[in-house]
Amino acid sequence: MALVTVEGVEVRVGNKRLLHDVDLRIEAGEIVTVIGPNGAGKSTLLKAIIGAIPISAGRIDKRAGMRIGYTPQKIHLEKTMPISVARFLSLAGRLPKGARADVLEKTDVARLRAAQMADLSGGELQRVLLARALLRRPDLLILDEPTQGLDQPAEARFYRLLAEVRKETGAAVLMVSHDLHVVMAQSDKVVCLNGHVCCSGAPAQVSADPSYKELFGARAELALYEHRHDHSHEGHTHD
Amino acid sequence: MIDDFLLRALIAGVVIALAAAPLGCLVVWRRMAYFGDATGHAGLLGVALGLALGLPMTLGVAMLAGAMALVVTYMMQRGDYAVDTVLGVFAHSALAIGLVAASLLPGVRLNLMETLLGDILSVSWVDIWVISLGAVGILGVMAWRWRSLLNGTLSPELLVAEGGSLMWDRLIFTLTLAMFVALAMKLVGVLLITAMLILPAAAARTMARSPEQMVVFAGIIGVSAVAVGLGFSWVTDAPAGPSIVVMSSVGFVLSNLVKLFKN
Repeated sequence: MALVTVEGVEVRVGNKRLLHDVDLRIEAGEIVTVIGPNGAGKSTLLKAIIGAIPISAGRIDKRAGMRIGYTPQKIHLEKTMPISVARFLSLAGRLPKGARADVLEKTDVARLRAAQMADLSGGELQRVLLARALLRRPDLLILDEPTQGLDQPAEARFYRLLAEVRKETGAAVLMVSHDLHVVMAQSDKVVCLNGHVCCSGAPAQVSADPSYKELFGARAELALYEHRHDHSHEGHTHD
Repeated sequence: MIDDFLLRALIAGVVIALAAAPLGCLVVWRRMAYFGDATGHAGLLGVALGLALGLPMTLGVAMLAGAMALVVTYMMQRGDYAVDTVLGVFAHSALAIGLVAASLLPGVRLNLMETLLGDILSVSWVDIWVISLGAVGILGVMAWRWRSLLNGTLSPELLVAEGGSLMWDRLIFTLTLAMFVALAMKLVGVLLITAMLILPAAAARTMARSPEQMVVFAGIIGVSAVAVGLGFSWVTDAPAGPSIVVMSSVGFVLSNLVKLFKN
């Protein structure tokens, strides 16, 4: 049975329809990447799957007993809340000491333990969030733009780490990403979203799809050869 | 020999300051200071209705504050208006409706000064029992749900993804806050309840390195403010509730000055 099955999902906030007719299956061990322009509802879809926003139609089935590790797109770190990295990680719940040390080692978070969360750089924060997600020993990692705000070396390190983690744990990954070149190289399945699913399937299949080319334009052609961080779609820029 | 009424005031104040510590930190972290105001102002209507129906004041306030907390949470969740607009509308409406109701309801003679500013020097031993039981309840719930409350503060999405319930998080937080308002009402009144919550927590921030440390420091500052404030009020004859809050603000200024000189 699939880890997650999404069928005909619609999400409304107020009078606005953010998502409609979304179907998606995530099998165990699979890497599924969601791409799409800003405002396409990518984060919304992820939040609906974890259950943080209600859906107005359709259904989302999760395999019973499945554990999710989630990294939010942004975490609202209130300056007024003093909290160290170690305490933040301990809030994920209990875990055997050895397993914890292993995760901290792998994500290179061990040396940050005493630091205050509010003092972390963007890259450090992403690693801490990933460490927390991994501490859950997840069957499914849900990552919302995990490389947002990272420079290219940091981004490359992050994807290497992710590949390593996956090899070891076999966890499935559902991720939102703008790094088209990585998406096309690493994903098992790509979902192109713009309020609804424009196209989905294996990377090769998706990159040949007219609706994909329409959404991403010239950049789509370049995705396999070149990485560019800024591009525009229908007059607005995003990265 | 300390006067009996002063002793009662001291006990009640200390208990309330302790209950305020974890709640106040959460209010500060979640930027919900105004939420405390809205619930507090609803308390005024609670006092009026309680008097009209012949219910104990604390019960009337608890009911109204609870109802207010739920309605405001619901409105915030719907997201039709900005949070501060929702809170502003409800806080001031509740205050105004409470004042109008107090004047229109037959047989209600509301001591406005006491309702707005509280009268900690008139608490009875029965009041102290009620306040203490309530405070133990609040602290118990805080301790029981602490991890979840911290997670909900840090990231609601993370809380849900890890198997928590956002509805429970909000419900527990808002209802304990309403309970606190009901307990603190008699002591410091509608206008100063939020001050009891956020001033010690804000003062504690500069010294704390962890959430739990901040709660402990907030408790210490709150209790000290009650003791010094009551002493000050006794010597100078200044009103007790405001005196306590003044001491909290002194604590806030001092803690920030210390931090300033350290850097």
